[in-house]
Amino acid sequence: MCPADDAPEPCEAQDAPSTDAAFSALLEDSVEDLYESAPCGYLSTLMDGTVAKINATLLGWLGLERRDVVGHKRFADLLTVGGKLYHETHFAPMLQMKGEISGIALEMKRADGGRIPVLVSSVVKHASEGEPLLIRTTVFDASDRRAYEQELLRRKQEAERAHRRAETDRARLQEALAALQQSLLPASLPAVPGVETATYYHTAAPDRLGGDFYDLFALDGARWAFFLGDVCGKGPRAAAVTSLTRYTLRAAALHDPDPVTALSTLNTVLHERYTGGDPRYCTAIFGILTPDRETGHVAVTLASGGHPPALVIRGDGGTDFLPTPGGLLVGVLPHASFTPATTTLGPGDTLLLYTDGLTEARTGPDRAELYGDRALLDFVAARAGASPKGMVEALTGLLESLGDGVDDDTALLAVGVPRTPASSRPATDHRRGRQ
Amino acid sequence: MDIRRRNNIRITGRQDGPTIVLAHGFGCDQNLWRLTVPALAEHYRVVLFDYVGSGGSDPTAWEEKRYSALSGYAQDVVDVCEELDLRGAVLVGHSVSAMVGVLAARVAPERIGSLVMVAPSPCYIDSDGYRGGFSAEDIDELLASLESNYLGWSATMAPVIMGNPERPELGEELTNSFCATDPDIARVFARTTFLSDSRDDLKSVTVPTLVLECAQDVIAPREVGAYVHAGIPGSTLVTLAATGHCPQLSAPEATNAALLDFLRGLR
Repeated sequence: MCPADDAPEPCEAQDAPSTDAAFSALLEDSVEDLYESAPCGYLSTLMDGTVAKINATLLGWLGLERRDVVGHKRFADLLTVGGKLYHETHFAPMLQMKGEISGIALEMKRADGGRIPVLVSSVVKHASEGEPLLIRTTVFDASDRRAYEQELLRRKQEAERAHRRAETDRARLQEALAALQQSLLPASLPAVPGVETATYYHTAAPDRLGGDFYDLFALDGARWAFFLGDVCGKGPRAAAVTSLTRYTLRAAALHDPDPVTALSTLNTVLHERYTGGDPRYCTAIFGILTPDRETGHVAVTLASGGHPPALVIRGDGGTDFLPTPGGLLVGVLPHASFTPATTTLGPGDTLLLYTDGLTEARTGPDRAELYGDRALLDFVAARAGASPKGMVEALTGLLESLGDGVDDDTALLAVGVPRTPASSRPATDHRRGRQ
Repeated sequence: MDIRRRNNIRITGRQDGPTIVLAHGFGCDQNLWRLTVPALAEHYRVVLFDYVGSGGSDPTAWEEKRYSALSGYAQDVVDVCEELDLRGAVLVGHSVSAMVGVLAARVAPERIGSLVMVAPSPCYIDSDGYRGGFSAEDIDELLASLESNYLGWSATMAPVIMGNPERPELGEELTNSFCATDPDIARVFARTTFLSDSRDDLKSVTVPTLVLECAQDVIAPREVGAYVHAGIPGSTLVTLAATGHCPQLSAPEATNAALLDFLRGLR
């Protein structure tokens, strides 16, 4: 710009008058021509919609004569029926409420029966006293834009359909997962005379399919079988092995309840099924409970295949692992040896089976340490004499306190003899861990 | 269920005055009564609400099945009346709500004592001996037009937030939501409105009724106003010197005068 107080300095603005003249001569434009031949439609209507003025561009688009429109037609008359209804129910009320409206998609009728998609903006012009005088409207040809919008709309509708399908599929999958999950664990444990049981189960995988398992079931009127184990891995593939393991052990136990024999049968089945590219194996403790109605004591015979040893918590305070050294992982080798062990539970005694989700939970400020066997032993020893239910409750609290340090599936099965022998009423407490 | 929140009920005016319920039509919400409320507020208790799916209602309460029939909207009116325990209220229904009011008055006669039908039409489609103003093809075109306005509805129709120097009473908050409706819900409302045929329901009206029509209204032409008036024995027909389908906005003084005249006659 030319500084006002710096006249001696020549600058471009001195040429401005000649430039303006050149532009005017070149354009030969007038306000009238600018209105009539603008690249958009113009029209002005009275407040009741009657067209008072319309430019040549819009008349040309519509194929109408000025004399047929001005004073004779209302703006809504120039619209298709759909556009007219839309105008009456949305456009006009909004314009009346707000005094202006912009970019509304409407369709106008042509004299030859065709239609033009347009974008319409209107503003109410007011008199100096504030009275609304007339409505000024601009109309843009939106044929190309409408085609583009329709394509967008079509894509959006497709996306919405795909989304609905995905939601349906997800719901169906969740239902299937829930059914499968239920097949992996007993819905409830049977009552064992003179015995109280408690369980806890938590899956690390968000689909709730776990690789840990447990069960307890009647063999005959005098004996009950139980097992608890851990399939390598987690998620759906582990769950498939879990399912096979559970039903194999159940069937094997009914055929021959000897713990070593049952685990050997499972070993044969898993090894046969999963030889090749996808080796799958598990660790497990399988055992038999034989309650003695006379003494109230329960004889326990069990065998372990590579599983962390069970804990025996005596009501009088003596707590120790029930060692089962040398038992091999189940399903790795064609023939595996398993180590049996026995014990007897008296009043106040509890047998605790657990998976390494508990003992290998990460602890410490940076989650660098494992919880460990020793800590577990101390924890349960400090609670000696607690009922199986009380013990599992305490351990549930412990697991919750470890938070996201528990990054594997976790299962607990506690079997104990109450201090005051109860009848054979169901005495099972089931706990499901947080998801 | 909290009906007050569901239907965005607002109560204003003179709390010990007779109650007037204002029911909006297809396309907008209770803000359509902005210029009506001040005229009524001095002597009447004014109840405003939005149908579920419109304005500031709770959209999660919307069910396609219920709102695919005028009876579903009538149930909204009845729910509002019951929530406020109204007796003998005046129900002012605009456009499709005029016929919704007829249905509501039949369901809950003790709650609705009189009707004002603003730009009513019991049937929009022409048939033998009846001229509703539209052919079935026209209505199909409207429904298609709603589809093609999908983007317009969701984006362009959301009003630009800006000052309103000429009309300071229209705050941003109100204009902001005005007419902004979920396209799926609007489609169902449009279909229900324009495909309905409630002509047989007119004769069930037994309460004092005012029919307010506009001199120029493409949606509810004069013949339709005359038909409604003839169909409701004892009704009063007033033709407003107004253009368009929303006389409460385009000719508020005349609309309010006719309304107050009718209300005074009820006393």
